[in-house]
Amino acid sequence: MTPSRIAFATILAKDLRAELRTLQSLPAMALFATTTFVIFRFGLDRTSLSGSLASGVLWATLLFAALLGVNRLFVSEREEGGFDAIRLAPIDRSALFAAKATALFVYLMVLELVVVPIFALFFLGSAAALLPLALVLLLANLGIAATGTLISSMAVHSRARDLLGPLVLLPLVVPLMIAATGASEPLLALGGPGYHRFGTWLAVLSLYDLIFLLVGYAVFDFLLED
Amino acid sequence: MEPGQATDEPALSLAGLRRDYGERTALDGIGFELARGETLLVLGPNGAGKTTLLRILATLLRPSGGEVRALGCSIPAETWKLRGRIGFLGHEPLLYRDLSGRENLRFHARLHGMRGADGEARIDELLAAVGMERRAEGRVAELSAGMRQRLAIARCVLHRPELLLLDEPDSNLDAAGRELARALIGPSEGRTRVIVSHDPERFEAEADQVLRLEAGGKGAFR
Repeated sequence: MTPSRIAFATILAKDLRAELRTLQSLPAMALFATTTFVIFRFGLDRTSLSGSLASGVLWATLLFAALLGVNRLFVSEREEGGFDAIRLAPIDRSALFAAKATALFVYLMVLELVVVPIFALFFLGSAAALLPLALVLLLANLGIAATGTLISSMAVHSRARDLLGPLVLLPLVVPLMIAATGASEPLLALGGPGYHRFGTWLAVLSLYDLIFLLVGYAVFDFLLED
Repeated sequence: MEPGQATDEPALSLAGLRRDYGERTALDGIGFELARGETLLVLGPNGAGKTTLLRILATLLRPSGGEVRALGCSIPAETWKLRGRIGFLGHEPLLYRDLSGRENLRFHARLHGMRGADGEARIDELLAAVGMERRAEGRVAELSAGMRQRLAIARCVLHRPELLLLDEPDSNLDAAGRELARALIGPSEGRTRVIVSHDPERFEAEADQVLRLEAGGKGAFR
């Protein structure tokens, strides 16, 4: 049996290389998020946002941008026989789950490196909140990566995959979004970052991540069975 | 007895194999034994279940009923013991279009535990064997169907499998390609093969047994 870390690194490297060559996911995600911020900027007719409104705009945009990446996560495996190749190999198939979740996590980090500064430029008076916000983004990305990978792997075999993925994923990430917006709201307050219940919300995010990483690891092997 | 060491047990042993797709029966009561090193040629009309049979033997599909043993392991109970010992060549080449031929082979090699200098040497050997050494750095999407088939054959034998499952192996190959393929996937001491083909004349001389599947999934030997 090929060690899991080698299988994980091989699949992850393949995905990142393919994305760098084709740019099928990241530009679309970044363009969607930026355009959405522009729409909010002019639709709300506000030059600054704070508190719950800023938090809501940010997380709604990031979540729907993430869906674009989730929908494309297993496309190459479905269309080019990657599922068969991986099922034929002497590897722990959970390595595929780990590699895909990590790839999605990387895409989300790159996305946020680009669009969160744009969000700050459009709506925030200062960048003071960005550093503590980065921790919230990190934990939320982990949760979206775990849940998104799980749902994407189930939806990819369905004819209605583009519809099924979001339909199943969005309710599942509601707790994640509640925690992420709860943690972000005081950070984006008008007078500067606050840390009301910050630790509590980070704990909720961490618990969500742990649960879905474990669930993904436990069931993924069965999802690949035909 | 460890898998791979049971030299007396047939390479393949099937009894009453059945596979259903909903209410449609693709395979019904298929049974045969194939000794190690032998070649089985599977013939039949479109929709007779040839590809389904191959995919069950490759552990990519679960049987709906019956008993299937391959290389001393029960399918599906001991499927995990078979991974890495089977070379499967299906209708799809199992190559990523946005990677080069070499990168694809390297990907498969690493998944099968072949890395470093040994892995690269094996890839070089196979690229030369299928006549693709000069086109190995180009993206698979830019290759012709015949070139992709040559790479798929290289991928299939990359890890030196004990059991080869070949679905239309000559598909899209020109005469030179067929000769190169024969050297890699032709009869070989100790290697068991199951070949699905619509060209019986091409493979009958190599076959130790011939299984003809009929519409409805039943089979007969001749």
